[in-house]
Amino acid sequence: MISIDNKLYIKDIDTYIDPFFPVERAIITHGHADHARAGHKHVLCTPATSEIMKIRYGEKCANTFQTIEYGHPVKIGKIKVTLFPAAHILGSAQVLLETSKQRVVVTGDYKTTTDRHLDPFEIVPCDLLITEATFGLPIFKFNNPEIEIGRLLDNISKNKENTFLIGAYSLGKAQRIIWLLREAGFSDDIFVHGSMDKLCDFYNNKGIKLGTLRKATIENKRDFKGKVVVAPPSALKDRWSRRFENITRCYASGWMQVKQRAKQSQIEIPLVISDHSDWNELTNTIIQTGAEKVWITHGREDALQYWCKTKGIKAEPLSLQHRDETSEL
Amino acid sequence: MKAFSNLLTNLILTSSRNRKISLLVEYFSSTPDPDRGYALAALTGSLKVKNIKAAFFKELVREKQDEYLFALSYDYVGDLAETVSLLWDKKNDGDIPSLSILLDSLAKVKGEDLKRNIIDILDSSDADQRWAFIKLFTGGLRIGVSSRLVKKALSIYGNVDLNEIEKIWHGLALPYINLFAWLEKRDQKPKISFYDIFHPMMLAHPLVLEKDLTTANPKDFIAEYKWDGIRIQIVSYSEGCRLYSRTGDDVTNSFPEISKAIKGNFVLDGELLAGIDNEPKTFNDLQQRLNKKSPTEKFIKTNPSFVKVYDVLFFNGLDLRDNPLNERKKILNSYFNKNRSPLFLSETIKFRNWEELNEIRDISDNQIHEGVMIKLTSSPYISGRPRGKWFKWKRNPKLVDAIIMYAQRGHGKRSSFYSDYTFGVFNKDEELVPIGKAYSGFTDEELNRLDKFVRTKTIKRFGPVREVEKTLVVEIAFDAISLSKRHKSGVALRFPRFKRIRWDKPICEVETLEQIRESFLE
Repeated sequence: MISIDNKLYIKDIDTYIDPFFPVERAIITHGHADHARAGHKHVLCTPATSEIMKIRYGEKCANTFQTIEYGHPVKIGKIKVTLFPAAHILGSAQVLLETSKQRVVVTGDYKTTTDRHLDPFEIVPCDLLITEATFGLPIFKFNNPEIEIGRLLDNISKNKENTFLIGAYSLGKAQRIIWLLREAGFSDDIFVHGSMDKLCDFYNNKGIKLGTLRKATIENKRDFKGKVVVAPPSALKDRWSRRFENITRCYASGWMQVKQRAKQSQIEIPLVISDHSDWNELTNTIIQTGAEKVWITHGREDALQYWCKTKGIKAEPLSLQHRDETSEL
Repeated sequence: MKAFSNLLTNLILTSSRNRKISLLVEYFSSTPDPDRGYALAALTGSLKVKNIKAAFFKELVREKQDEYLFALSYDYVGDLAETVSLLWDKKNDGDIPSLSILLDSLAKVKGEDLKRNIIDILDSSDADQRWAFIKLFTGGLRIGVSSRLVKKALSIYGNVDLNEIEKIWHGLALPYINLFAWLEKRDQKPKISFYDIFHPMMLAHPLVLEKDLTTANPKDFIAEYKWDGIRIQIVSYSEGCRLYSRTGDDVTNSFPEISKAIKGNFVLDGELLAGIDNEPKTFNDLQQRLNKKSPTEKFIKTNPSFVKVYDVLFFNGLDLRDNPLNERKKILNSYFNKNRSPLFLSETIKFRNWEELNEIRDISDNQIHEGVMIKLTSSPYISGRPRGKWFKWKRNPKLVDAIIMYAQRGHGKRSSFYSDYTFGVFNKDEELVPIGKAYSGFTDEELNRLDKFVRTKTIKRFGPVREVEKTLVVEIAFDAISLSKRHKSGVALRFPRFKRIRWDKPICEVETLEQIRESFLE
């Protein structure tokens, strides 16, 4: 049996998955800050994830990187490790740990819906599934993102005086929103917050065409009339946003499903677009992997754990620290 | 229905008051009668739907969704209509009819037919429409729009004075055809009989000492006790007498010993209290009465009530609302020359200066009044809370330290925070017993910190309720304390709220239940 504990530490090979503190050996599922940290000795991840980590933390953020493509196994001691697409952000992976007797899958963050700018999610059959549960409540059922983008474009065309400030996490969400806007035929220049232009370049270089992007620096307030500005959510209410006039605040996140939450954050156009699985995706994935046992890493574990039990699947919550609902985005 | 659900969705997501008003004005001008009338009733909380209640939707969704998953979802969302609308799956692509057609058709059916109709409506609508539809029945829209704001929008739409709308408001009825006709200058102002409607009450501001009193001359004011009962409006005319609560709810049948005893032609404003012969008992005693919607004669005998009257709006056909308070008081005084039991005049307090009144206010052994009211003698009777006219000057609150035991998420805009706290103290068996629940008195910043405390110090969960480590002391302010059999601790606090959070204080320094009883109840 593979020995893995509630810190996602695999004793047999002295390796952690997504550790929050510096370790000897780490497997990193994807580049978001609550999963990828600087300071590990040896990191195993996809090529895209290693590039993202180097962009965000510098070339020397780990002593060595070993990168493997999706579906290409690597043997570490007695355990075979394979990464599979998780369709969360560019480079995001599920981790399969395999011996002749057992298969363990750590999903990391994932979604199963079609998202053409990423490799499609793959179901990886396993005995033990360690799943995320960010949106693990049956109220979370995400619409087609094209519908949300359509609503936004409709608003933009009706309010030419306003600046549409879209809160979207700098890595992954921001690029997806821009890409969706381009796919929907929006060809106007898009302004981006300084924290995300390198990551946008990175997506562009990977063949995900984001069109003309400009830095949202103060030159002339008039420049932003009727324009779209993409910024990290924290900048939405920050001093930074004071440079714009007549702001319409938008926020792209699964949390926007609940109107009261949108209202709390003073969001006028909630865009229910998530890079995580909704309730149906989470439960379908559990069934399709055929897992007999499920560990639930973070999010709303109560509901998913309860659901598993009603289906005769053993389930336990793993209370990983540092990951509460606020770390999604 | 689409237009209405769009309106609600836009309103809830708009924080600017002006923008809300313009959304409402846009809706009223672009929506035909009688739909806009139905929407107006819904927005002002005057839409009464008899046969459908919130519980009905809970039942419906429970047939489709596991009860525990529903409870977790409801706890998370904090709004029943939104929870149900999100849990429900859209089946058909058809559109659902307009607001008025929908409600009229539902009013005609009952039982299983009604249920089938509603399921059909939910099946055919999208999540926003479901949300708006269910909100019609769950009491209070909670979308950040007060009925005052809606009336403000009406006054802007019709270019009339807001007070003109307030004065006739309670004489208007669904679907408000005559109101819109007047606002659109197609007809006269609706004629209202002032004797068979509720008149929105005049309310007081809390006194901010330095600002309100330093420049004020005591001679320009009268003072009265602030009775700890419920505000009541008595509307009496030849056809009989009706009693209204401060929100305009008809409570006539709950207090027959009062409504049946009153004869005359007037509208009075006063405080309903438990007790007899002008001897008030505590609010806790009144609470027993309030719990009974239609009390038996026997129950009334053992729990009688009476009214302390302090204002008059109409008298023998005269509208006195624009007359100054001292003239209205004169009319009241002469009316109460005779015994009018169960109505009594609320006496005015003689005082020479503010210091003297301050002492009277703070006599703390009296549980019957909560302090004093100060009213400008020249003030007309104005609905709402006009500035600089009436002030409430409450007694200083009592204080007690207690330990946080349980927490629960709030509702509406506080649904993502653990904002409802149960606190307790040790009894003589050294067992921690709850003595109350508080929801207010902290700043947003403190709430953030409290919320974090709850999330990190949870030791047990009971569905939506979290039990926390017993380490945090809070200072609780409250207005009164009384004995209560309903609580394990045997005491009940009136209006408890946070005064300070004592992050520094160890729980061993908190006074025991016995000490609290001794200092407040002996």
